[in-house]
Amino acid sequence: MAAVNEIPALGVPAEPQAPQGVRGLRASQRRRLNAFRYVAFTIFGLFFLLPLFAMIRFSLEGSKPGTWSVAAWKQIASYQGPPPLLPAIEITLELAVITSLVMLVLVVPTMIWVKLRVQWFSRVLEFLCLLPLTIPAIVLVVGLAPIYNRIERYNVSALMLFWAYVILALPYAYRALTAGLTAMDATTLSEAARSLGARWFTVMFRVIAPNMWQAILNALMLTVALVLGEFTIAYPLTYVNLQVELFSISRNTVNAGVLFSASAATLLVAFALLLILSYVGRRLRRGRP
Amino acid sequence: MSSTATRTQSDPARIAVEVQLRGLSRRYGSVVALDNLDLTVQAGELIALLGPSGCGKTTTLRLLAGLEDADTGRITVGGRDITRLPASKRDMGMVFQAYSLFPHMTVRQNVAFGLRLRRISSAHRDRRALEMLQLVGLETQADRYPHQISGGQQQRVALARALAIQPQVLLLDEPLSALDAKVRAQLRDQIRRIQLEVGITTLFVTHDQEEALAIADRVGVMQDGRIEQLAPPTEIYSRPSTAFVAEFVGLSNRLAGTVSAGTVTVRGRNLPLVDLSTPEGPATAIVRPEAVTLSSDSSGESGPLVGTVIAITFLGATSRVTVDLGDTTILAQLPTSDASDLRAGSRVSLTIRPDPVLVSADAPVASE
Repeated sequence: MAAVNEIPALGVPAEPQAPQGVRGLRASQRRRLNAFRYVAFTIFGLFFLLPLFAMIRFSLEGSKPGTWSVAAWKQIASYQGPPPLLPAIEITLELAVITSLVMLVLVVPTMIWVKLRVQWFSRVLEFLCLLPLTIPAIVLVVGLAPIYNRIERYNVSALMLFWAYVILALPYAYRALTAGLTAMDATTLSEAARSLGARWFTVMFRVIAPNMWQAILNALMLTVALVLGEFTIAYPLTYVNLQVELFSISRNTVNAGVLFSASAATLLVAFALLLILSYVGRRLRRGRP
Repeated sequence: MSSTATRTQSDPARIAVEVQLRGLSRRYGSVVALDNLDLTVQAGELIALLGPSGCGKTTTLRLLAGLEDADTGRITVGGRDITRLPASKRDMGMVFQAYSLFPHMTVRQNVAFGLRLRRISSAHRDRRALEMLQLVGLETQADRYPHQISGGQQQRVALARALAIQPQVLLLDEPLSALDAKVRAQLRDQIRRIQLEVGITTLFVTHDQEEALAIADRVGVMQDGRIEQLAPPTEIYSRPSTAFVAEFVGLSNRLAGTVSAGTVTVRGRNLPLVDLSTPEGPATAIVRPEAVTLSSDSSGESGPLVGTVIAITFLGATSRVTVDLGDTTILAQLPTSDASDLRAGSRVSLTIRPDPVLVSADAPVASE
C-alpha cells in the first residue's frame, strides 16, 4: 500500500469572471427580462385585482349613489339567515382543515412509498389521482348522492363533505407533490439513509418528507382554496357551506351589499390562510435550498 | 492480510474485516448482471472494480450494501452471513455517485445522522461528527447546508458521514465521477489517505481506469458480470490475463504475429510472451504504445518497422504519435521532449521494447 501525501483542503472554486462584452450583453438581457416581468406582473395583477376592488367597492356602497357605508360588513355578523352565515363560515374553515389533513395523511406517504418501493404502480396511482379532473362535478354528485343519503343516517353534519373534497383535491395535491418528489433524487437519498441504518419509516418521514415541505405547502394551499370555493357538490347534496350560504344571501336579502361583503370577507380569510401557510413554509425553509 | 480480521492503525477498538462474495448471481429480466461472481476482499484492503457500463460492478456493490437482493450466492462479512440482512442492518458506509447529502440538514447533522439513528448521546454525536469533518478537512463548513458547499466538498462530507458510523466495510460507488478533473484527482488521493488511516475494508467501483490503478491495492476488471482479472494495478497493466483486460486498461496496438518457442514474432521482432502456454501459430500480439519508441529515418528505405507519422497528440508530459506502417497503423507514446522534433508526414523507424506481451487468437485489426 503506497503512502499518500497530505492533501490540502479543497476550497470553493472562485466564480469565473465573464469578459466585459459578455457582461454587457448579460446586463442588457437581464434588463429586458426584468421589464417583461414587470409588464406581465402588472397585466395579471390588474386582471385579478380589478374584480376584487370592484367587489369591495360594491360592498362599501351607501344607501344613496356616491355615498359610502360599512353596513353591509356589519350585517355579516348579524345576518340570521336562514341559514345563518357564521356557522357556514365556521364549517367551511373546519372542512378546509379536515380535508387538508386527510389528504396529506393519505397522499404523502402513499406517493413516497410508491416512488421508493413500487415504482411500477406509479402510473396507476397517477391515473387514479387525476381521474376526478375528468369527471364533471355534477356527474360526481349524482354518484355521491346515494352514498351521502346513507351517511346522513348516521351523521348529518356538513363536515362529512370532506370525503368528497378529498377526492376533488386529489389531482391538484398530486401534481404539487409530484413536483416536490421529482425535484430531489429520492431514490439516492433513501438508499443513503438506509445504508446509514434508517428503517423505511425514518426514510419517509425524516429524510424524504422534510425535503418536500414546499410541495406539501403548495398542496395544502390548493386544497384550502378548493374547499373555500366549493359549491357544486355541497348545494345539490343540500349541505350548507360558505359558498352555498353566499348564494342563499344573494337570493334572500334586500341588501345586495351583504353578498359582496361576505364574498370579500371569505376571500380575505382565504388570503390570510394562504399567507400563513406561505409564511410557515418560509420559516421552515430558512437557510435551506 | 490473510486473517479475516485485523486491527486498524487509527482506532485500536475497530476491527477490519474480510468480505467474501460467493457464487453471486443477479438477473434483470433476460439480462445477466452478475454471473456466479466470486470475490474476496481482504481485511483492510481496497479493491477497485473496473469495467465498462453494464459489466456488473455497481450491481456487485449494491448487493453487498443490501440495496438489492441476489438471485443466488452468499455474502459474508467477517465470517458472518449477511446475504438476507436488510441494508439498514448491514453496518456498511456507502458513498454514492450522485450527491446524496440530505438537503434539509446541515453538514454536521448529515454526518451525525447515522449516529442519531444509533441513539448515540448528543454530545458524543457532535464530537464524533466534528472528528470526521476534521478527517476530511471540512470542520469549518459544519453549519452550512449542502447547497452552500461545492460538489467535491459534498462528496467529502458524504465520506465523513459514511465513516462516522464506524462501518465494517466502506463502499464507494463512482464517488468522483461528477467532479472536475483536478478536484477528482485531489479527492481520489484523499480517499486513499483516509482509507489507509482508518484501515477499513473498502470496495471502490469506477469506470475510470486511471482512478482504479491509482487508488487500489488490487483491481478487479469486470466484463459481462464476471471478474476477468483480479490483481495489483501493476500486474493488471503489465501482465493482463485476457485480451479484454489488455485492451480495456490502457491503450494497445494489435499487431499480427506468429507464436513459436515461447515468443511471438511481430514484424520481424521477437517478443517474450506473458503466457508461455500459448499455442504456436498465427496470433495477434497486444503491444502497449509506451513499448514503442520512434527515431527519425532519413535513409528512405522501407521495412516492417518504418512508417510515416500521421498524427501527434499532445498530452502534457507525454505525446501520442500515430504512425502509418502501410498495412496498419501503430500508436507510440513518448515523452513530449522526444516527440517535439516529429511532424506529420515525417518518416520514422520504430523499435518495440521486448516487454512480455499477451496474444489473442482473434484476427488482427488496426490499433486502438
